[in-house]
Amino acid sequence: MFAVYLPVFIMLGVATLVAVGMFTATSLAGPKNMTAEKAIPYESGSETTGANHIRMSIKFYLTAILFVVFDIEAVFLYPWAAMFRSLGWVGFVEMLLFIVILGVTLIYAWKKGALEWES
Amino acid sequence: MEPADDILLDDDAALELPAEPMRLNMGPSHPAMHGTIRMVLDLDGETVQNVDVQPGYLHRGFEKSCERGTWAQVFPYTDRLNYVSPMCNNVGYALAVEKLLDIQVPIRAQYYRVMLAEIARICDHFTCNGAAAMELGAFTPFLWILKVREWLWHILEAETGARMTHSFARIGGMAAEPTPGFKAAVRARIPEVRKVIAETETMLIKNRIFLDRTQGVGILTKERAIALGCTGVIGRASGIPYDVRKDNPYLVYGDLDFEVPIGQDGDNWDRFSVRFEEVHQSLRILEQCLEKMPDEGPVSVSDPRITLPPKSEVYNTIEGTIAHFKLIMEGLKPPKGEVYSFTEAGNGELGFFIVSDGSGTPYRIRVRPPCWFNLQAVREMVMGDMIADIIPTFGSINMIGGECDR
Amino acid sequence: MTTGLLLLTTALKILFILLVTVGAFAPMLVWAERRQSAMMQDRIGPHRAGIRLPAGAADAFRASVLPMRLAAAASGAVGALLLLLLAFAWAADDASWLPVSPLELTATGVGLLVLGGILDVGSKIHGMLADNGGNISLAGLLHPLADALKFIFKEDFVPPKADKLLHSLAPIITLMPAIAVFAVIPFSDVLYLEHWDAVVPRNGVVTGDVTAIPLQVANLNVGVLFLFAIAGTGIIGAAIGGYASDNKYSLIGGIRAASQMVSYEVALGLTIVPCFMIYDSLRLEAMATWQHDNGVWGICVLPITIAFVLFFTAAIGETKRIPFDLPEGESELVGGYLTEYSGMKFGMFFMSEFIEVVGLAAVATVIFFGGWDLPFVYRDGIDFPGVWDAQLASFVMGVEYNGAVEGIDATGIALAHWGVLALGVVGFLAKIVALIWFQLLTRWSLPRFRYDQMMQLCWKGLLPAALGNILFTGVVVLLGEGAMQMAVWSGTFVVVGSIVFFFLPALKRDPRVPAGAQPAAS
Repeated sequence: MFAVYLPVFIMLGVATLVAVGMFTATSLAGPKNMTAEKAIPYESGSETTGANHIRMSIKFYLTAILFVVFDIEAVFLYPWAAMFRSLGWVGFVEMLLFIVILGVTLIYAWKKGALEWES
Repeated sequence: MEPADDILLDDDAALELPAEPMRLNMGPSHPAMHGTIRMVLDLDGETVQNVDVQPGYLHRGFEKSCERGTWAQVFPYTDRLNYVSPMCNNVGYALAVEKLLDIQVPIRAQYYRVMLAEIARICDHFTCNGAAAMELGAFTPFLWILKVREWLWHILEAETGARMTHSFARIGGMAAEPTPGFKAAVRARIPEVRKVIAETETMLIKNRIFLDRTQGVGILTKERAIALGCTGVIGRASGIPYDVRKDNPYLVYGDLDFEVPIGQDGDNWDRFSVRFEEVHQSLRILEQCLEKMPDEGPVSVSDPRITLPPKSEVYNTIEGTIAHFKLIMEGLKPPKGEVYSFTEAGNGELGFFIVSDGSGTPYRIRVRPPCWFNLQAVREMVMGDMIADIIPTFGSINMIGGECDR
Repeated sequence: MTTGLLLLTTALKILFILLVTVGAFAPMLVWAERRQSAMMQDRIGPHRAGIRLPAGAADAFRASVLPMRLAAAASGAVGALLLLLLAFAWAADDASWLPVSPLELTATGVGLLVLGGILDVGSKIHGMLADNGGNISLAGLLHPLADALKFIFKEDFVPPKADKLLHSLAPIITLMPAIAVFAVIPFSDVLYLEHWDAVVPRNGVVTGDVTAIPLQVANLNVGVLFLFAIAGTGIIGAAIGGYASDNKYSLIGGIRAASQMVSYEVALGLTIVPCFMIYDSLRLEAMATWQHDNGVWGICVLPITIAFVLFFTAAIGETKRIPFDLPEGESELVGGYLTEYSGMKFGMFFMSEFIEVVGLAAVATVIFFGGWDLPFVYRDGIDFPGVWDAQLASFVMGVEYNGAVEGIDATGIALAHWGVLALGVVGFLAKIVALIWFQLLTRWSLPRFRYDQMMQLCWKGLLPAALGNILFTGVVVLLGEGAMQMAVWSGTFVVVGSIVFFFLPALKRDPRVPAGAQPAAS
């Protein structure tokens, strides 16, 4: 266990080190010359009106909810898929029911308009 | 959340759920707005609820500037109207003054003007269609198309001496005869241009993403197009069969065989394909002109009150010197009166309304820029579409700041 | 395995991965991307930038082209003649009339052929240099380096009203997972340390006291889960970068990035499930081994062929490149979530994008293209169908062919363990390059989606198709061997057919005169 996961943590450490190193390099080496004009948020050369943090359309949050539903489905499918051959037809039918239920969920969301982004 | 906290502390109203949508400035300093347009958008998520289109960032006082010099000194200003197809503007203005003078330029000059104007029109349409592809992210067709424009600009440069600001037309003719290699160069390029169009079409016209992005987007109905005064490609894509070259032929367009493509839905796709079809028609016109244009003959009227004498006469004869002096210092003097002359430029009907008080200086020059009227339609086109649809829709208008703001 | 050896090998493997990804592929990708796009677009790309050689160099290069070409032709001809002699001798099964031994003859012939090839390539390079006015244009490879240096010395701008912590964290969170995904990617077969210069048997079973070092940083039994968990972390970077920038373009871009990437994350995870069902494992190393042992690349099994198309689409969506670059969408959102980033922080976003391209190619290689597996290469050497290669080898070596070569149970040409592994690494890298190139072609050919179209493609296209493909795979697998055989045949048919009928014709282009090469009027 240790021998398998230690390299992963070393890799994560090295990756973080590379990222932080680049970040530090540009923070230290780059000049800093802040002016009042530069501090204005860029909005095509016009003064910005209203708050820059604004409540976004509910559609975006619906996407997040759908993501949770289907990502958990994916997580359930992974171990099933890896054990698939040994589970045989029984496992297949069980998972068929699961996928069908989720398919119905998708169709329901579809019909309810959760998958319409135009309007 | 520093910023959000600031707002909460500073402004009690921000504690309420913000009812109004996000107000976003697009332009003038924005990649898709050419630096000449500002759009103030009210966005609900990605959807455009309201838009305010604000032109005027390239206003240079063209019409007022024209009242300062002689009639001939207006040409450099017209180059800077639609700077993508300046030859069309050159020819349009020359025709207006000639209408006031009531003269006809020689037949060779007429063909020469038609050819240069059609080359300019191809450049104009290509720039617009290429930019439409680029703004949707397809960079490769854009550069193929720019390559063609480069070929054509080489031809124009060889003829006029400048790539964009030609100032090549003159009242009563053209500044110089066609170069000896002109016809050969045009003839050599026509098949190559067709080849590039075919290649570009395979990249875009069969591309599902491109079709989805353009079809049914930015629709302008025929009625609204007429009401807003849209002409040119915008009008034709909406189904108005109006082309000045066909309906009110000037120069030799009446003798030439070409068709006017018409769109059905008035969406971005129609504008795109009408432009490509017009390029094909322009190539047809060029081929006919190559056949019909005489190789010999004057390219200017031989009236010393209108046309500058050749340099050899200016330096060697007293008459030539005086004619040159009078034309340069006082300018030609059209009769008192006013006239409206209109031609088909790259974007539609380009009209010049000119008033003469009989002096060597224009009393008033008023331009009817096609872009100005076409731009009015943008608001209706993008309302209710998504933020990403603004870019191709605005691009398909081919708004040229120099012409729109003048 | 001792802890010391574990640490040493891990360090070496990580070093290799960093060299390949950060050191070689990401900069080369920048260069290749520019060069490829310039070629597609008929324009002068940055690859023309070069180091100017002294005056007269161009003439010298041009003068050397013809002699080199002649020498190449002569060398190649003699080499081919020698090999032809060998072929005659082999056909007659009589080496006695040859002036030298078959081994020497082969060595000389192959050597001359290789020399001819090198000379030919050299003459072409000299010709290109001469055309280029004596400039070494390959120095365009240094452009990414110059870019990186420039990025570091650019102003480090943080908007005053931005959330400083999140704004700084975003590029780190983006870059870190992009590199970390390589932890589970096997770049060759298992290395048996004690047998490194021996020939291991074809089934890979070595007896005795051996130290097995997998040529991947960590052979996790949940490899794919790790992959998606880490890759999913990258979403956060773009999203909080956009949110923390105090800019409306950034905000829209960040929110687009978040919703796009979570959507495609789901699709990505589901498209790949059929592969686990067929490979019977979540280990990436086991997937490559399955493909090697069964002698068929995953892409040639019909359910996986479908999965590949879906996976690749979803994965390009996950890397946020054209046609899915809506979060950046430079024509509408100026820079999207990157708008308020400058210097190397901006560079880190871009670097992670390039590394993601490499990572995607690596993952796709392992899962769909057999990883380090090469046709006709086995753990004990190279073996073509039939026994002619073993006979030829024994003829060249001057030993009697008796059903085996050098006492090994093989019908082909035996190769030492390290040689097979090295071939595997080379094959793996070559496949990655090919897949990267395919991504470049896509990126420079397609326009960008609109937000709703992109979301619909994911939720109404990829997702139901992936679910359907899972059920289809289940049926195929459970129906047994016959159905699998059918799947392999039909999958191979689809792959070969699409290459022959769609991909190759699309690559064909007429050579054209570059813009501005001729004066318009003469």
